[in-house]
Amino acid sequence: MTITVKTFARLADAAAALASERGARFMAGGTLVMRAVNEADPAIETIVRSTDPSFLNVAVSSGRVELGGGVTMAAILAERELAFLHPVARVVGSPALREAATVGGNLFATRGDFATALLALDATVMLAGGFGQRELQLDEFISRREHGASLVLAVAFKRPPAEALRFAKVTRVHPKGMSVLSIAAQLPLASGRVTGARIAYAGMAPTPLRAKAAERALEGRALDAAGIAPALAVAADGTSPADDAIASAWWRREILPIHLRRLLLGANYA
Amino acid sequence: MKTPIQIRLNGEDVAAFADGGANLLDVLRESIGDLSVKGGCWQGTCGTCTVLIDGAPRLSCVTLAESCAGKSIETVAGLRRGPDLHPLQNAFMERFAAQCGYCTPGMLMAAKALLDRNPNPTRENVVEAIAGNICRCTGYEPIIEAVLDAARGDSRRRA
Repeated sequence: MTITVKTFARLADAAAALASERGARFMAGGTLVMRAVNEADPAIETIVRSTDPSFLNVAVSSGRVELGGGVTMAAILAERELAFLHPVARVVGSPALREAATVGGNLFATRGDFATALLALDATVMLAGGFGQRELQLDEFISRREHGASLVLAVAFKRPPAEALRFAKVTRVHPKGMSVLSIAAQLPLASGRVTGARIAYAGMAPTPLRAKAAERALEGRALDAAGIAPALAVAADGTSPADDAIASAWWRREILPIHLRRLLLGANYA
Repeated sequence: MKTPIQIRLNGEDVAAFADGGANLLDVLRESIGDLSVKGGCWQGTCGTCTVLIDGAPRLSCVTLAESCAGKSIETVAGLRRGPDLHPLQNAFMERFAAQCGYCTPGMLMAAKALLDRNPNPTRENVVEAIAGNICRCTGYEPIIEAVLDAARGDSRRRA
């Protein structure tokens, strides 16, 4: 089947085309969509693109960060103000992949390491579609994401304190391997006690997800071996990992609390 | 429907017609005839199709050809200058860094991207630079040593 490529100067026009055409798929860096095109995915009849410069915006202030949906992992690694995200962006694929892989695209990736970090950062997603523009919490977006339904204009989140975001990617092949699982955690402390922890996993379900049971179990606890024990006991609650070529579901459940423990106690995965 | 695109390939302006949704790899090989760039997985996984687009390493198999219009593309065919091989090519020969050779075009371009940005890489930098390029013959060590040799200017052999 011949595919039509439509390129728009404005994101709003791209979103309108995406909403109005059956079989249209938005393409940013291409690392997901081009795979499907190469495999002759019959669901893709039209590729919609945009050259709108606002899609590449990086806005960092003392309190807030906003990243355009087309910002690449390489662009994040080049931005000193986003150093807290570098350990995450650095483990997304290879150098060549990171030149193309985008923030918006990662929200649709199966493992979605960057999306997992954004979940821990309590990010919101700005979307455009046939409904106009709207903002959604990222976990809500991920739970019902559908290819082609809407265009990710940007993500935004409160800038975390230095070293507040912790991230671990567990792979069998280094330095670049598919993740067995990934964990991101933001652990605000008040008087040495965790308050309002946000923990997210990749590889433990069909999409990245929040570890709500572990978050609740950490509330008011100290980040020491005794304090984190209840969270480790419920680490796998709510997960549904798969058996695949990288690891079995059983193995993922077994190693999850081990790596969560290391991350909570401050192990350096960078 | 075919779309005309114009690119600067290894320093020369070339034009081609790309099928709708065609990837850069297929256009380079089938429309333009640059067979130096290889295809392995067409999934962005193996790295053998690595080319430089405006100086940055990119996986040509998952790059929409139309998105490259007006851009500068370097493939391994453009490394050699007249009778002289590129220092990386010399170093790969001296270190026996190629066996079947299928990964070599991608390895060379990933390494060139590294050296263009960082002429004095550490071993760790080299490992990271070629982390997305799969080789099933050499075990990577000769490749890493060859890139480090080229960076140090240790490759002297001429074609």
